Amino acid sequence: MNTAFWYASRATGIVALLLLTAVLVLGIAVNRQGRLPGLPRFAVTGLHRNLSLLSVAFIAVHVVTAVLDSYVHIPLLSAVIPFASGYERLWIGLGAISVDLMLAMIVTSLLRGRMNRVLWRAVHLLAYASWPLAFGHSLGASTDLQQGWLLGLSAACALVVAVAVSWRLAQAARQVPRAARVSAVLAQQKAMTR
Amino acid sequence: MNTALNEETAPEDLQAHLSRYGAVPYRGRTSTLIPDLEASGLTGRGGAAFPVHRKLAAVARAKGTRKVAVANGAESEPASRKDELLLRIAPHLVLDGLQLAAEAVGATEAHLYLHAAPGPQILRALAERTAQGVDRLPVTITQAPPRFLAGQETALINRLGGGPALPAFQPPRVSERGLGGAPTLVQNAETLAHLALIARYGPRWFRAVGTPEEPGSMLTTLYRARVRTEIHEVAIGTPLRALLGDGPQAQAWLVGGYHGTWLPLPQARELTLDHASLRTFGAAPGAGVLAALPADRCGLAETARITTYLAAESAGQCGPCLNGLPRIAAALTELAAGRANLQTRANLERWSGLVTGRGACHHPDGTVRFVRSALKVFAPEIDRHARGQCAATSREPFLPLPDRAPASEQDWI
Amino acid sequence: MAGTLRVNPIACTGHGVCAELLPELIAVDEWGYPLIDPRPVPGALERGARRAVSACPALALRIARIEEPARSG
Repeated sequence: MNTAFWYASRATGIVALLLLTAVLVLGIAVNRQGRLPGLPRFAVTGLHRNLSLLSVAFIAVHVVTAVLDSYVHIPLLSAVIPFASGYERLWIGLGAISVDLMLAMIVTSLLRGRMNRVLWRAVHLLAYASWPLAFGHSLGASTDLQQGWLLGLSAACALVVAVAVSWRLAQAARQVPRAARVSAVLAQQKAMTR
Repeated sequence: MNTALNEETAPEDLQAHLSRYGAVPYRGRTSTLIPDLEASGLTGRGGAAFPVHRKLAAVARAKGTRKVAVANGAESEPASRKDELLLRIAPHLVLDGLQLAAEAVGATEAHLYLHAAPGPQILRALAERTAQGVDRLPVTITQAPPRFLAGQETALINRLGGGPALPAFQPPRVSERGLGGAPTLVQNAETLAHLALIARYGPRWFRAVGTPEEPGSMLTTLYRARVRTEIHEVAIGTPLRALLGDGPQAQAWLVGGYHGTWLPLPQARELTLDHASLRTFGAAPGAGVLAALPADRCGLAETARITTYLAAESAGQCGPCLNGLPRIAAALTELAAGRANLQTRANLERWSGLVTGRGACHHPDGTVRFVRSALKVFAPEIDRHARGQCAATSREPFLPLPDRAPASEQDWI
Repeated sequence: MAGTLRVNPIACTGHGVCAELLPELIAVDEWGYPLIDPRPVPGALERGARRAVSACPALALRIARIEEPARSG
């Protein structure tokens, strides 16, 4: 029974990491008004939301099965209170911080219509901290991702996130600042009519 | 009444001011000022003409231990110079008004919002008042950037709060939650000067000039051919031709500044300076900018210049305004240059419809009002331009515009 | 509860998700910004309207009570 819990925890952890990678990339896509080929605009934001909820489900199973597994003692609360676990204190701690950030993002997103727009976005930007913490946790909390094809898989996730975030930062740098927007349109119009 | 204000007048110092008008008539906690203002019929002189007593009453009854009163001296309209002049030669009237309005609403802080120019004289005036204990509240001066939108109420609040002078969208009413969340009274400088006089001489005195529905006087900035720009204090209801002249030297009148309305001549020659009369031509007095466009100029070129300025002054925060105004301006420039085609006119109409009512503030709406009136009034000129002709003999710009367009975030602070 | 759809034009960046979800009441102009039917949301569309509000990535759409003023000066 125990090994079943342990395997379940590791498997759901891997799937969660893949899902979180997809969620982050989709989040960038939503912000940049990207489209998924053949799908309506709503699909991008809809998929982003649904996958984020799915990843929460996988993380919940990941945590519960790890706690239930009696081979090592991981208190349930250490999933949200960082560094409260005797076993792998640091790596599980990173996972806990990541989960805390995700909880903040999820709660604020559920209350989205009722809260300040700017505050919601500020909390949502914690995603860029949450993912690396989850990734660190994934690499360190067990040896699974440190070898073989799972190492390759995790490297691929890291690469995808690195590329997506770099692209997003480059976009932000290229963005016309508010004070220059109108003159940009005016100049464009003048050029067209010359 | 039609009195030209002499711009060379030395600023009145505090002693002279107090000898002339008497002490500041503070009224104590039971403020009878608001009922007096209601009886006087004073409306805002910043352009919107909102009844002053209602603004004060709203702030007075709002809940809160902190309340703010602001004198808005940032007239922002390049063609209007009346607030600048008033603050230069009669600062104490404005400052009296600020203190009296602050007392009436229970304000705990007072602010003065200005473009750069009047600074040194105002500082001196405030120093005198502080030294002689005339002011009940200290006045904080905040500088407004030279932007068309800087005097807009929510932009003003943002600037006073330390941020850029950018309009905000549909926040709660400023009278309930304004600067720092406190109920805030914002009044134009000229309005406060009238208020200071009403507080001394009473509503009946104020009503001695003007019309029964729109009593009192207002300051106007007048632009006429071959004559210096002048600022006149004028009774509301004065015939426009008494101010702008009557002859064939003018081809059209502009009433209400750059968000105002062009009026055709001779059709508009009987109009008087009041809402009731001007409304018949879709116009309003605004902040008192009145111009008689000389016959030798091109109305389309003038309109295109001004619209390009208005487009550049967009805050760039709202998609329709940001996209629409520059396109409208470019199309007008094409029309003025005789390079337009049928598509240009159609585009102009479509874009005008697309920007109206879709911004956070009224900048696109005011601009469209100005543009649409030009297209109507200068229709014959449009036809001439389409045939490659222009009736104008002078290319000299008539109405004033600043040299520099805003380029960076710093230009809004 | 009756209300009208209002967009915050400063927050709106023209994603167009609202118009896609609620074409009965929202169209898109030539620059991608929403053109919203100013009349109160009919009962049958209330659920769809709330969905559109929730889906806006910029949190720019809301259903305002009818008495609310439209804009600042």
